[in-house]
Amino acid sequence: MSPAEFLTDLFNPDLAFLPKALLIAVMSSIVCGVVGCYVVLRGMAFIGDAVAHAVFPGLAVAFVLSGSLVIGGTVAGVLTAVLVAVFSQNRRLKEDSIIGVFFVAAFALGIVIISRAPGYAGSLQQFLFGSITGIPDEDLFIVAGTGLVVLGVVLVLHKELVTISLDRETARALGVPVFWLDLVLYVLVTLAVVISVQTIGNILVLALLITPAATARLLTDRLGVMMVLAPLIGAVSALVGLYVSWSWDFPTGGTIVLVLTAAFLAAWFLAPRQGLLSKALATRRDATGTPPVAAAGGQGVDGPV
Amino acid sequence: MNTVVDASAVPGAPVPDTASAGPALEVSGVSVRLGGRFALREAELRVARGELVGLIGPNGAGKTTLLRAALGLLKPASGRVRVEGRDVRPGRVAIGYVPQRHEFAWDFPISVENVVMTGRTGRLGLFRRPGVEDWRAVDDALERVRMADLRTRPAGELSGGQRQRMLVARALALQPAVLLLDEPFTGLDMPTQELLSELFVSLAREGRAVLMTTHDLAAALYSCDRLVLLNRTVVAEGTPRALSEDAGAWMETFGVAADSPLLRILKAVA
Repeated sequence: MSPAEFLTDLFNPDLAFLPKALLIAVMSSIVCGVVGCYVVLRGMAFIGDAVAHAVFPGLAVAFVLSGSLVIGGTVAGVLTAVLVAVFSQNRRLKEDSIIGVFFVAAFALGIVIISRAPGYAGSLQQFLFGSITGIPDEDLFIVAGTGLVVLGVVLVLHKELVTISLDRETARALGVPVFWLDLVLYVLVTLAVVISVQTIGNILVLALLITPAATARLLTDRLGVMMVLAPLIGAVSALVGLYVSWSWDFPTGGTIVLVLTAAFLAAWFLAPRQGLLSKALATRRDATGTPPVAAAGGQGVDGPV
Repeated sequence: MNTVVDASAVPGAPVPDTASAGPALEVSGVSVRLGGRFALREAELRVARGELVGLIGPNGAGKTTLLRAALGLLKPASGRVRVEGRDVRPGRVAIGYVPQRHEFAWDFPISVENVVMTGRTGRLGLFRRPGVEDWRAVDDALERVRMADLRTRPAGELSGGQRQRMLVARALALQPAVLLLDEPFTGLDMPTQELLSELFVSLAREGRAVLMTTHDLAAALYSCDRLVLLNRTVVAEGTPRALSEDAGAWMETFGVAADSPLLRILKAVA
């Protein structure tokens, strides 16, 4: 299918779910891309995974009661995050063990709850792997509203979130409320996950949080640039992923994640300074003894090799 | 007590300003319990403005605990910590903290000047962005540690000595009266250590109270005005010259015998 045909399908009134899915996928990629920067830089990928799983029982309860998935997921995610934060105060166990205990428990609870619902297998698969059909109109507004709130909080608390990420002890000494900011960050991660779960699914949502930010990190040493690049990479990948999945009838969530992974690998090999390719070139330059200045001046390039 | 009474008795006589007359940092009778036992017992420590004091002791002696109590990060079981005469509370008094270098996330993509600006996050408070005054403080701090030319460099690309100086600049961004340095020399070569020592001495001479923990006895004996020997409590304190003749205090602090190489180094340096 050509991009033009994809565009036609997007505006086909019989396929109204398609532009809705695209919009939600792009919006959630943007939110996840920005929040993901903190997750990647603080080495919180495991916590991101935990939160992603922890929202599951909330989604299940909301599904069984026909309530709002966003609210259900948020409550469950935040509850688990608070439990992890509180239980981590015990010095005998490291945080990752506490997370390991609680997120699997939350996920298990979700499976038990959803098994009570009629049409169990179908809805389970939809939660785990995402679906682009059957998104109600109001979800569009919920995702947009939640996304704006998340981005707004990030903007307002950016200075504090950076300070606690650099070194927590000094942040505490400066009177920055580290515990509360951690909690806010968990809630932001939870919200980003919840609004993304619908299209991409519970298992794959971690990719939306981690991969764009990790890719952006490979490309820059500046946080500001990274926080623009990550949502951009996420949004473009969501668009390309949806197009590919629609054209070849691939599962949407999986396709988006594979596109993201391709972008990550491309950055890994081609990044301007850190990439494998430029490192290899630099090594060769060093080996041949050509001074970099000469190459930059254009003289070394024209001469006989 | 008498001076206060006398001063109030004479009309128009200046009332002694206890805040500026007392030591900038005053740790009095501080005991800290960690995990059910005392990590610190009745610690007494005073650092005046203009003074560089070295805090010396073996691993687990409670050096970091003392620093954390001085910062107000630990609640002492008893005793109190005052900075410029005021009880310490994180974010309330200007006290500069330079943690050990490994505490910092060096892989974070951030420039030197922005790191230094985070030293003012608590002062700025929520929802406020840095203004002209804040950038001026950052400029001064960078200038002071001679890092102004590296201000846009990513923090992760700095050498060990530059990293340490950046962390000092971050602490100076608050323009604090008291500076606490935790193991600033660890893992640095001798020339770098010497440059840093000079910096710390001059930071003190400019009117700050500087307290640093260190395992580097030579540097401490050479550059500090006073040394405090700590092992769960203050074992001894005094000028490097006086202390280097008190072998008993070192034996007690470090739990070593009279023929220990430590004491021989001490004699050689003194």
